[in-house]
Amino acid sequence: MIERTAVATTAAPVEDAGGASPSLGERIVGTSVGDRVYVAAITAFALAVPALLGLVFLEVARAGWPALRTFGFGFLTTSAWDPVQGHFGAAPAIFGTLVTSIVALVLATPLAVGVAIFLSEYSPRWLRQPVGFLVDLLAAIPSVVYGLWGIFVLVPLLRVHVMPFLRDTLHLGVLPLFQGPAYGPSMLAASLILAIMVLPYISSVSREVLLAVPRSQREAALALGATRWETIQKAVVPYARSGIIGGIILGLGRALGETMAVTMLIGNTHTISASLFAPGYTMASLIANEFSEASGDLHLSALMAVGLVLLVITLIVNGVARWLVWRVGQRAGVGAR
Amino acid sequence: MTSRPELPPPRPSGPTGRQRAVAARTQGTILRRRVVNGFMAGVVAIAALITTLPLIFILVHLMKQGAAAVSSDFFTHMPKPPGEGGGGMANAIVGTLILIAVACGIGLPIGIGAGLYLADFRGSRLATAVRFLADVLNGVPSIVIGIFAWEFLVSPLGHFSALAGGVALAAMMVPMVTRTTEEMVRLVPTSLREAALALGYSRARTAIQVVLRTATAGIVTGVLVAVARIAGETAPLLFTSFGNQFWSLHLDQPIAALPLQIFTYAISAYDEWHAQAWAGALVLITLVFVISVAARFATRARFTAGAHD
Repeated sequence: MIERTAVATTAAPVEDAGGASPSLGERIVGTSVGDRVYVAAITAFALAVPALLGLVFLEVARAGWPALRTFGFGFLTTSAWDPVQGHFGAAPAIFGTLVTSIVALVLATPLAVGVAIFLSEYSPRWLRQPVGFLVDLLAAIPSVVYGLWGIFVLVPLLRVHVMPFLRDTLHLGVLPLFQGPAYGPSMLAASLILAIMVLPYISSVSREVLLAVPRSQREAALALGATRWETIQKAVVPYARSGIIGGIILGLGRALGETMAVTMLIGNTHTISASLFAPGYTMASLIANEFSEASGDLHLSALMAVGLVLLVITLIVNGVARWLVWRVGQRAGVGAR
Repeated sequence: MTSRPELPPPRPSGPTGRQRAVAARTQGTILRRRVVNGFMAGVVAIAALITTLPLIFILVHLMKQGAAAVSSDFFTHMPKPPGEGGGGMANAIVGTLILIAVACGIGLPIGIGAGLYLADFRGSRLATAVRFLADVLNGVPSIVIGIFAWEFLVSPLGHFSALAGGVALAAMMVPMVTRTTEEMVRLVPTSLREAALALGYSRARTAIQVVLRTATAGIVTGVLVAVARIAGETAPLLFTSFGNQFWSLHLDQPIAALPLQIFTYAISAYDEWHAQAWAGALVLITLVFVISVAARFATRARFTAGAHD
């Protein structure tokens, strides 16, 4: 989808040439009343998009402000979350969000980029469509269904087989990452489900940018006698690198904000633990879990402030990702496909 | 054609030891490169295989569990308290459809209008800004959209409502529909547009009767993809439409939704409810997949239509 945008941008070089030259819409100045109404209407709709984003930001910021003012910077760094005493610190949720998202990316990225390379470079033509379709279907499964599967299949599997295997059989229990009792609901469970969920996003963006790499780039490497893998490794992937990184960061944005599946699997406790076996909290699951039972205005405001922190982080992450993907589109130029 | 007089005449004797060593090394290098090449081909193929496994596991498990729990009652009956057994999610299915309708009613005009603007004024600074912000809005976590809708509609009105849920879903739909509309409208050849204008069509009429009509199939695809995505959304509905154990069609009242019901039942402690959650998940995923497949067919229709022109 992103790549299609990039191609569309480059497919209209005549209109955009010179920057200041008016586009088709500006050149043909409507004179009739109907035209003026039409232009006014679409302009209003277009303005509704930034207005909506601004409104989301303002409403959440306004509602979260009392908590931020009360706790200041400490809101981000302290871990007391006590609605009765009225102390709120979001550190465990921020920690849990970052840890689960990063572990998910570490697990998902090699697979996702592998699939993308398989589909764009190796796959026989007849296999390309069905495998691509299956990977895209992963993105179509609703979050709550992932959560349901996680509760009844993934968590028991982790508790009975995977966690004891990692800790005792492989003796990874010596690392702080894999210590402690195997409850089941844990940051590991949340990370695994997140990895499955972000995989299709990373792989579809990667596939699109790999397909946007000019054919000449591959042909040049092959002509020099490179093997297929050397072509990919030395000519194709470096060309598409910033786009792939953009896709990974887009996946990060998804993982950070993912709510339902994580809420159902992470165990929802306000603790900071180095072990992935321990339960935890993410910002999104904290809001989902406590919002409807928030006791008092400050509690509600603290949850809103968590929402604001999450919003700001995802805005930055997405902005960077879009920029990186856009750059590859620009470089690939006309005839990207 | 240039001759190569500099080359020494070929030696009558065989290759020297040094040459043989170089040749052997080259052979070794080539072999190693071939092995690496084949190995990496295997690695990416295995990556593709591993990636499709979770999907297959999830779908198979879902079919098994869901098929055991789905019956005609599921579509026609109301939820029952735990312990009674049976019952269905009729209210949640209808609720989800109502929420989608509300979201489309609000989101489609804005999304399509904004998309038309972006395609029409593609070079302008406002269009560039709107395009970027639409992408940014698309990345806003759904839970944040949910608390926004709560603050914006539920809190001032004093109660949860289907309308608030619909607005939250519409906010998620708008950026998706905006971007696909823009892309599809851009695919309409400028010549077609200019032909209509040259015939004296007004700009508004050109846009609606020529441009939008040509791009319809593509836009329908984009809309269906967006609908498939919001149909399964739970987080924006938690504090807006809230869920309802009873039959309700009122927009100003809390309304049940399939994903919400699945969530509630999944985290409950009752086996009957767990079975119902699986049944609900199967119905929801069938709904989502049917919409997704319909989206694919809409695209195909566009291409066949193009072939006939």
